[in-house]
Amino acid sequence: MKFAVVVFPGSNCDHDAYYAVNNVLGQDAEMVWHKDTSLGNADAVILPGGFAHGDYLRTGAIARFSPIMQAVKSFAAAGGPVLGICNGFQVLLEAGLLPGAMLRNRSLHFRCEHVHVRVEHTDTLFTTSCNVGQVLRIPIAHGEGNYYAEPDVIEQLERNRQIIFRYVTASGEVTDAANPNGSAHNIAGITNEARNVVGLMPHPERACELAVGSADGRVIFESVINGVGGHFSRTVPTTVATGSVVGVLEK
Amino acid sequence: MRTRVFVTLKPSVFDPQGTTVTDALHTLGYTSVKDVRQGKYFELDIDATSTDEARRLASEAADKLLANPVIESYRVEVDAR
Repeated sequence: MKFAVVVFPGSNCDHDAYYAVNNVLGQDAEMVWHKDTSLGNADAVILPGGFAHGDYLRTGAIARFSPIMQAVKSFAAAGGPVLGICNGFQVLLEAGLLPGAMLRNRSLHFRCEHVHVRVEHTDTLFTTSCNVGQVLRIPIAHGEGNYYAEPDVIEQLERNRQIIFRYVTASGEVTDAANPNGSAHNIAGITNEARNVVGLMPHPERACELAVGSADGRVIFESVINGVGGHFSRTVPTTVATGSVVGVLEK
Repeated sequence: MRTRVFVTLKPSVFDPQGTTVTDALHTLGYTSVKDVRQGKYFELDIDATSTDEARRLASEAADKLLANPVIESYRVEVDAR
């Protein structure tokens, strides 16, 4: 399976993502520069963490105008798997590929630590190999991960089962103390209505080997590798309707 | 043409920076300051033939880039010639 890892000026987890996909999971990964206009023959796209364009103005605000984002939008609209990690999630929000926005962490501190997130739904392209309620121990490293959306948007996300990861305790309980940044409803990651685009603040690519403290992040990549494999169009129709994959992929 | 854009968080959005500044002012004795909201201020020097045109361009820039409509609102002022 071929992954495209988009590199913005200021991306700093692009090599981590490349290493996880290529060296740990044995897939093909290719770096794609933000000024490129094509994703080539990629089967999945990763927008990595970092500080694209220095995060000047707002996180992801300038990155969304990078030429490659047109290709990412077309790829996502065709049902292709797109994973935004940390800054990549922020870019997806600014680009309108996912709803909501990020505010400064409630504490105003940059938080860099391992947290626990609970998998809420397995019918997205990046969670098919997970179990519902599975708790993953994955690191975060961000100053602006305080997810915000208008209350009616949050309600819609809950109703459509689009909240995919929540910050929880080690035993899987949603508590305020387990919320590292003040995110609404302890949101750590969400998906779009078609469930092929996923954004999350924690870094699964930094948790793919026990040598670095946790291998819990592997399952996110394994999901898309096992579920989508060689080419996304084999499993996801290019005219995927809202919610049409629900039931097919849910365990 | 000197054009100013003020970007602020919507009233419904929690502003942890503003809250911290409020606390700091209270520590300094400015207890009459009830609340602080922190925002962004942009000065645009626009090559335009009328204030209306400058205002239109600045609003377009704010819609596209300077403000995120999910969390922020903005106000445009143009210096009268």
